[in-house]
Amino acid sequence: MAVSDFQVVLGLEVHAQLLTRTKIFCGCTTAFGGEPNTHTCPVCLGLPGVLPALNGRVVEMAVLTGLALGCRVKERSVFARKNYFYPDLPKGYQISQYELPICEGGAVPIALDGVERSIPLTRIHMEEDAGKNVHDVAADGSSGVDLNRAGVPLLEIVSEPELRSVDEAVAYLKSLRAILMTLGVNDGNLQEGSFRCDANVSVMPRGSTKLGTRCEIKNMNSFRFLRAAIEYEVRRQVELVEEGGTVVQETRLFDPDRGETRPMRSKEDAHDYRYFPEPDLPPVRVAPALVERLRASLPELPHARAARYRRDLALSAYDADLLVAEKETADFFEAALDALGRTPDAAKRLANWVNGELARLANESGLSPSAWKVTPARLAATLRLLEAGTLGGPGAKQVVEEVFRTGAEPGEVVRARGLAQVSDEGAIEAAVDAVLAASPGEVERYRAGNAKLLGFFVGQVMKATKGKGNPALVNAVLKRKLGG
Amino acid sequence: MSLTLDEVRRIARLARLRLSPEEERLFAGQLSAILDHVAELSALDVSAVEPMTHALAAGDPPPLRADEPQPCLAPEEALANAPARAGTAFRVPRIIE
Amino acid sequence: MSVGGRGGSPTYLGLAEAGEAIGRGELSARALAEAALARIAATDGKVGAFLRTTPERALAAADAADARARAKARRSALDGVPVALKDIFLTRGVETTCASRILEGFVPPYDATVVERLEAAGAVVVGKLNMDEFAMGSSTENSAFKPCRNPWDLGRTPGGSSGGSAAALAARQVHGTLGTDTGGSIRLPAAFCGVVGVKPTYGRVSRYGVIAFASSLDQPGPLGRSVKDAALLLQAVAGHDPRDQTSSSRPVDDYLSGLEGGARGLRIGVPREWLAGGLAPGVERSVRDALASYERLGARLVDVSLPHSRYGIAAYYLIAPAEASSNLARYDGIRFGLRAEARGLRELYEETRERGFGAEVKRRIMLGTYALSSGYYDAYYLRAQKVRTLVRRDFDEAFRACDLVAGPVSPTVAFRLGEKAQDPLSMYLADVFTITANLAALPGLSLPCGRGEAGLPVGLQLVGRPFDEATLLRAARALEREVPPLPAPEVG
Repeated sequence: MAVSDFQVVLGLEVHAQLLTRTKIFCGCTTAFGGEPNTHTCPVCLGLPGVLPALNGRVVEMAVLTGLALGCRVKERSVFARKNYFYPDLPKGYQISQYELPICEGGAVPIALDGVERSIPLTRIHMEEDAGKNVHDVAADGSSGVDLNRAGVPLLEIVSEPELRSVDEAVAYLKSLRAILMTLGVNDGNLQEGSFRCDANVSVMPRGSTKLGTRCEIKNMNSFRFLRAAIEYEVRRQVELVEEGGTVVQETRLFDPDRGETRPMRSKEDAHDYRYFPEPDLPPVRVAPALVERLRASLPELPHARAARYRRDLALSAYDADLLVAEKETADFFEAALDALGRTPDAAKRLANWVNGELARLANESGLSPSAWKVTPARLAATLRLLEAGTLGGPGAKQVVEEVFRTGAEPGEVVRARGLAQVSDEGAIEAAVDAVLAASPGEVERYRAGNAKLLGFFVGQVMKATKGKGNPALVNAVLKRKLGG
Repeated sequence: MSLTLDEVRRIARLARLRLSPEEERLFAGQLSAILDHVAELSALDVSAVEPMTHALAAGDPPPLRADEPQPCLAPEEALANAPARAGTAFRVPRIIE
Repeated sequence: MSVGGRGGSPTYLGLAEAGEAIGRGELSARALAEAALARIAATDGKVGAFLRTTPERALAAADAADARARAKARRSALDGVPVALKDIFLTRGVETTCASRILEGFVPPYDATVVERLEAAGAVVVGKLNMDEFAMGSSTENSAFKPCRNPWDLGRTPGGSSGGSAAALAARQVHGTLGTDTGGSIRLPAAFCGVVGVKPTYGRVSRYGVIAFASSLDQPGPLGRSVKDAALLLQAVAGHDPRDQTSSSRPVDDYLSGLEGGARGLRIGVPREWLAGGLAPGVERSVRDALASYERLGARLVDVSLPHSRYGIAAYYLIAPAEASSNLARYDGIRFGLRAEARGLRELYEETRERGFGAEVKRRIMLGTYALSSGYYDAYYLRAQKVRTLVRRDFDEAFRACDLVAGPVSPTVAFRLGEKAQDPLSMYLADVFTITANLAALPGLSLPCGRGEAGLPVGLQLVGRPFDEATLLRAARALEREVPPLPAPEVG
């Protein structure tokens, strides 16, 4: 049997840090970084006598997310204690939600190879993040505990085990991430750990309906690692089953250096969390009025926006999906389109620039659209110069790069660097006439059938115009004058 | 209801308590006696009863906290009672993951 | 009562009286603080009510109170009066141990809300009071540091877990104290020591800064040598606290204005299960005498039934240890408190907790962990929470026929030190009358109603409707006027 004889079944659990200003149960800042234990207070330190004070904004963001994903938002939900001992968990329990989460059901829309699917969710609940264990803080190998992150609010979003491939998993995560970023509840940062994903992976023989034993895979902090981890784990489980072994239900960590998953050492006995309702917090009540206010405030979500681009602007699914992956990018695109004129042609050209050249510059610089010196107006201006023939393709690229770097106006850059093409038909004609007159032999051979000589003539005309000839125009005039 | 020593040890492990053998025996007996007493609850019919997990009367919902930052403790204050530290981190024996 | 009370020492004054004396300029806060500290020095070697005193802070606070009094800018009736706090309340800059070795040396960076409110009212905190470790116990014998003795008979316990809070009053060391009550821990020591103790309705007083034992049952409350003193303290600390989301935003009643309203017309329910036998004769006689007094005062006694009260101990001894086992998980040697030397993480946890926790604490952690553990949650913890609802419904039903319920606080008077220490279950059964008010989240109080076996004080318990402390206090005051006041014991 081979891997292809098996069906992989995936469920994903995303922990998304909420973009509130303060932690879920205390008024400490959620700002990232800082020296250890500089963003703490008695409550998030878990000192004796403290009590959690629920941040109302966390509830609002949870409800907003539930509405965006089509969940059933519960009028009453309950916090619960998940009890276990670990140094980054100061109280010895995590305040989470167990039997009665704030949202149930819902789905995340994905599109793969042009096929749309809706991946059902099990639930969404609120919980607090743990602190961080830091390794090797002293010569004796001691570890350190930093509680800056303890108490940062998390939404845990759990999918049904309905994903059938790594590609679907990645598509699901990208779609969910884009939705959360559009809502303004999460910043989508995998590296910094504000958007975390654990995968539940199991395999079963293709065609079977009996699910295999699943393993939970943690510590995948990029899409690339996620892919590698799941692929490794699937191979591992398949090999195990083929050799007659059984998959043990366990939690495994992905090791990016080795490209392997291995069992986590420290969570033995962690299975009995002794959940019980959190007595220090009354049940969470979500009033219908709050739900309606939040529903009315929902922004246009990525998949709806992409559908609108396909419908109204005739953009391809590929182009549309790329644009809506980040809200700021799509906002930028539409602002530039407003300046250019909302036609399918302009949309297509603009999409190419935003998804192509600007995406490249953004990746290299690490800047997001709000920080770009290329404003929508400046990009539109550049495209108008291109459309008018003032700039050729290569010239336009240079302009965009320079504007990205310096924030100069496109027109200024063209002038300063002499990038303007010669598009005056009369001037081109004169140059062509001069070139043809100077190369009668080549003209003869071209007219005799040597079509390749066109390139020679184009090169000569470009030389004569110091490279500024509008290529399309040069070609057209040459062909006309060469006849044939 | 008689707790075995194995069960006593399992519970002690869950609770991160290291009991001496005398304590294990003593607790097995004492806890069993207490559990015998609480077993009388099983005689009650509670099938139609909601648990009173939250003592505050319904209809008294508290206002939730506003999302306004409050001053944090200075790290020296946060660590003032720390039995062991490394810089501004709490120090613990090596954690192996 | 003349200023200076019997014997001329200001330590005989009640809280209200002392405050009034300061207000009239007859006594200084400083004199009161010095007298309190001197009395503690003279008697606490025998009584053991205090774990530590804070003389410098107290005298500085007294001087500030005196300055305010001179400027006619007193903050409240309590301004300048010496009080003390059970060592379960966090006091900023002052060691707070909960009578446990695991918190020895712990100096909190913040004050409990009730401490802030008392100090804002000008009360002068002179020290922290002895208690059962983590509030687990009914005799203060579980203190990790030293037992507390009943000033009425130093061979007997003062009750628990707020033993120090009651003993300090009986010994005239301070004029008012705060304790906490989870299963009777204010009312029982109040009864054993012949003082007044109030457990407010759950949610009436903030738990922020009170070291947690059982989160759904704990309530801080006042003790005083008179009903008025307890009422004054309650008034100063009650009310919503945004840092405690289980605290009620219901407005706080005026506990003083109606205090002298008398008992005429009150319907007092007497639960037949509470006087069905098993009481020491002296206790039963005092309680029945008190009920008869109420009738003479114009109250009407009503026969009521609390059929599920007999299940209270079982429900309590599942719920409280379960919540405690979780609340005490934070004591791990990492951020504060005792830390054992250990080479690995598990050893750190196990050694620290083994060394830091006493036997009763360990026992309850074990019981609670078991009650919550997989396979047992439904049969134990969940079932106990349902029984709790039944206990509450009993009271709701009873309150259709009466305004408050009255009965004993304890089956016996104060027992001897060591008498129950070997048998935890028999110690637990002493809570049988007090526990139901905690389970039902209702207000309850204990006030002295006579003397029983060996001349020791007997307490009458009153339990009221939710947030109806005012009626309880009024009823208590009415009886207080009738019952001859107990003489202050001389402390052997």
